[in-house]
Amino acid sequence: MKVSYYPGCSLHAMGKEYDLSMKAVSRALDIELKEIEDWSCCGASAAHNTNFDLSIALPARNLIAAEKDAMDVMVPCAACFNRFKMAEHHLKADKDLKARIEGALGAKYQGGIAIRNPIDVIYNEIGIDALAAKVVKPMTGLKPVSYYGCLLLRPPNVCQFENYENPFMLDKMMGALGADVKNWSYKTDCCGGSLSVSKTAIVVEMCDKLMAGAKEAGANCVVTACPMCMANLEMRPSPNMKMPVFYFTELISLALGLPDAKDTLKSHLTDPQPLLNQLRLI
Amino acid sequence: METFLEEVNKKIHGVPLQACYHCRKCSAGCPVASHMEYNPNKIIKMIQNGQKDKVLSSSTIWLCLSCETCITRCPNEVDIARMMDVLRQMAIEEGRAAKEANVLKFHEAFLSSIKFGGRVHEMLMTVHYKLKSGDFFSDVDIAPSMFLKGKLALLPPRTKDMKSIKNIFEKTKTK
Repeated sequence: MKVSYYPGCSLHAMGKEYDLSMKAVSRALDIELKEIEDWSCCGASAAHNTNFDLSIALPARNLIAAEKDAMDVMVPCAACFNRFKMAEHHLKADKDLKARIEGALGAKYQGGIAIRNPIDVIYNEIGIDALAAKVVKPMTGLKPVSYYGCLLLRPPNVCQFENYENPFMLDKMMGALGADVKNWSYKTDCCGGSLSVSKTAIVVEMCDKLMAGAKEAGANCVVTACPMCMANLEMRPSPNMKMPVFYFTELISLALGLPDAKDTLKSHLTDPQPLLNQLRLI
Repeated sequence: METFLEEVNKKIHGVPLQACYHCRKCSAGCPVASHMEYNPNKIIKMIQNGQKDKVLSSSTIWLCLSCETCITRCPNEVDIARMMDVLRQMAIEEGRAAKEANVLKFHEAFLSSIKFGGRVHEMLMTVHYKLKSGDFFSDVDIAPSMFLKGKLALLPPRTKDMKSIKNIFEKTKTK
């Protein structure tokens, strides 16, 4: 299949491991990516916290640019995904807002393309069986907990993600890679990402709680699909609470034996290589 | 004259706050309720009571993480997360000092970065935030390793059509 691709600012900086592994996995699974022409930032938390119209106009600019190619747009960053879905929701529900935003952008919003995150695309378009069939290096010994966080799931009527209080797509995907996925109670809890820089003490507490939950469940790593969660969970837990955190696409890359799968492991702030070495997975 | 409740309801543009029957599910699920001056459901009550000053000058509106757990679990679909956005924007438009000043300063630094290049440059944004907040020493230990790992780009990324970005900021400007 072919989709429009919106990397967003994070995937070109802090979250570059996600961008690289996403591209590698897409190649391996025959998902052709076409980057949105001259994309711009989605506005993230900063826009919706301060100016509603701005928070709709910024993602709308990219949605309109993607509409030219008339394909589903795949948005790997959970924060960008959320802002895209939010813009779509409000533009479709509020005619006055739509007129104001179109005025600011000097272009019309059609609303005809679907906004999708890669978990949904891989799970529903490629399928778990097809993914499992491509595994050449089972992730034996890896005990991840799947961490979905907030932005893929909530609000549910906007994000339309499966089973928003107890999602399972990532769990099944990791299981298909041969990992021993652990069940836990914090799949959808917030990591505090939006206050990570400005109210760090609160966020340390939140991340420690998540890591304690993961350890209690018997996990040796955490799997995420959000660059905010990744940065936060790598930087903020107390030193004795840290454990490796992977983008789910990095583990797919490793399990599929993709040529550059090891490259992204070097730039993590919490080094996952000792764990993978110990399990003889790299 | 419009009451505070009417004003907030109009801006939320959804289920009116009067639908809240104070079951406190929002506050029970809120991950930062224990750090807030007033719990989310208390804020609703205060809006109903017309306590505008207290609400808009509270720490609560700035500590809300926008995790959207409240709206997800509200039995009456009161959009508390959207309410918090509305309250923050009202506080800004009225020129009130944010009780959690650094939270707002971070948002401002982030938006400046978009205004400057269309995309966020994390290093410039961080420097900007540090200059605004005076918080020079946090995370200085992490920065060098981020740089060595190639996570901090030297050159700011840029959207080519900057005119469209300028227009967006200009035309959505509130005051």
